This record gives sequence, C-alpha cells and structure tokens, in this order.
Amino acid sequence: MGREVSESCIDALITEMVSSYCNRFYVNKPEVSARRIEAIGYQVGIQLSERYTVERPRFSEHLEAIKFICKEFWSELFKKQIDNLKTNHKGTFVLQDNRFQWLTHMSINASAETTDSSQQEPHSPNSTTLDANLLQATSMHLYFPCGIIRGALSNLGIPCAVSADASNLPACSFVIRIKA
Amino acid sequence: MQNAELFTLTYGAIVRQLLTDLEDVDEVNKQLDQMGYNIGIRLIDEFLAKSNVSRCVNFKETAEVIAKVGFKMFLGITATVTNWDVDGSSCSLVLEDNPLVDFVELPDMCQGLYYCNVLSGVIRGALEMVSMKTEVTWVRDMLRGDDAYELRLKLLKQVPEEYPYKDDE
Repeated sequence: MGREVSESCIDALITEMVSSYCNRFYVNKPEVSARRIEAIGYQVGIQLSERYTVERPRFSEHLEAIKFICKEFWSELFKKQIDNLKTNHKGTFVLQDNRFQWLTHMSINASAETTDSSQQEPHSPNSTTLDANLLQATSMHLYFPCGIIRGALSNLGIPCAVSADASNLPACSFVIRIKA
Repeated sequence: MQNAELFTLTYGAIVRQLLTDLEDVDEVNKQLDQMGYNIGIRLIDEFLAKSNVSRCVNFKETAEVIAKVGFKMFLGITATVTNWDVDGSSCSLVLEDNPLVDFVELPDMCQGLYYCNVLSGVIRGALEMVSMKTEVTWVRDMLRGDDAYELRLKLLKQVPEEYPYKDDE
C-alpha cells in the first residue's frame, strides 16, 4: 500500500511497550511482562505472515517455511536477510542475524562505554557487569521478535517455541524448536 | 522511512493486549496517552535535531510545525490546522490520513475507546519538552463514526525557558 513511517516511530513504540509492561503494568513480575510482550509479537507475526504469503502456495515442508522466514519475511521487516541458518535436522533451527536492528542502539551505547577501558577485550572484567546489565535489558525486548517468529510460523501451520540469544551483541540468534 | 505495516499492526496488537490486560476502556485510554507522552518526550530530540526548524515565535507557528513537519517526519502524513480561538491559544489539527487505523475495526465492546490516544500523548509530551503545557483531546474520530480525525490542542501554560542551557544534556 506504500504508506511509510519513520523507523524511530517503530523503535519508540516497541521500546515504550516493553517499558510499560515491565515498569508499570507488571512491576516485579517479569515473567508476566515477558508473556504479554511475547503475545503482542505473536499477534503481529500471525498478521504479517498472513499478508506476506497471500500469493504463495502452501509450504510443503518445515525447512521451506523456515527459509521463507529467513529471507522474504526478514527482508520485509529489516531490509536484510538472516545471515546464518543452522539446523540439527530434528526440528531445531538457529537463525542468526549478525546485526539485529532492534538491538543495534543498545550495542552502540555499550561499545561507546567500553571502548576506553577495554578496546580489544570485550570480555575483560570491566565489561562483565555491563554485559550482564545489557543482557537483562535486551532480553525483555527480545520477547517481541520471538513472538513475531512464533506467530508467523504458527500461521503457516507450524507450532513451535522460539527463544533468543543476544549474548553476542549486536548479533542475535533465534532458536526455533518445532513441536512434534 | 519504512513500510508502515509493522508499525500499524504492532500498535493494533498493543491496544488489543491492553484491552485484555486492563479490562477497562477508560484505563486503556489513559495508558495509551501515557505511552504516547513517554514517546513524545523522547522523540522531540530527534525532531529538533533533524528538522532544522528555527525557534517558533508563538503557538500558532508551533501548531503549523507539528502539522506540516512533525507528522511528516514520523508518520509520513500531514495535518491541517484550523479552528483557532480568538486569543490563539487553541486550535484543531485535522489529519489528512491516519496510518494507525489501517485494518482496524472496533467491536462494540470497545465503545468509549480512543484508539489513537497514543498520538495525543505524543504531542503533549513533545510540547512539554519545549516548555509548553498543553491539553490534547480527540474531537472527531472516524473509528467512532465521525467524518475525520481531529485533535484539539489547547495551550495551558507556556513555561519560561531557563538559561543557560547545559550543552551536554
């Protein structure tokens, strides 16, 4: 339909949604906040996947659907594809985005603070606490894209569980476990 | 700029989840406004940095800048400023388009919901950061059966700005 909004609009909305759930609606109940944030993502994922697959025949196998998520789906959302896809051929898939857009501002802040003391040593003692704090803040944000992926696959008839690993910012891995 | 679909659907999913979690339409209106306010106080920096607008001399100019520059920068739309009161302290913004409401239809249980309340909050928050206390309310809402989206902006108080500014804040 061609309508466009600024990226900062989307960023600001997601950030505020996460912060509202964590700091206002369910203070001290991070697991409830996490479920709600994931649920919002799930809803968005279902609808996006519905839209992006309108003109497309049904996927005949899981790998095809996963590849669709890695390529077309990711490109629609982030203007880039997933950088690396791994699977154990038993229903687990690991999708790595080397520079996940929704976390880049966090990693920029982090690297700005660490450059002075530990330029070449990302795992020096100085950066350990910083890494921990950063992880905590990012993990809440990641429930949203995890929900989106789960919603998208669920809409394609593939029930699954999705988790994320952002211990290596700005890279982020999404682990999809398809339910047998 | 990026395709508005993700934004629109995310906003819709948030409103839907809030309705489920808060179970009260008035409370949802309030929270959407609060979320908007928090977004507004953050987006104003980006706006001032990118827009290159010079200092607005009065509220009239401010309203025009919001309608023509602010809406354009963030939502890709513009608004018309109309219905000024005599002393130039309140006016209406009529949106020419509204990306928040694509694909939206409100069920009967949502009567009383101001679906776009985030937007009034954003404006209120942003203006507060440039020392203007305002009240922003919806007077027309197509989701409620009106023929347009119209926001009423009322300047309550203009706080004198304090000098000197701190450069690093």
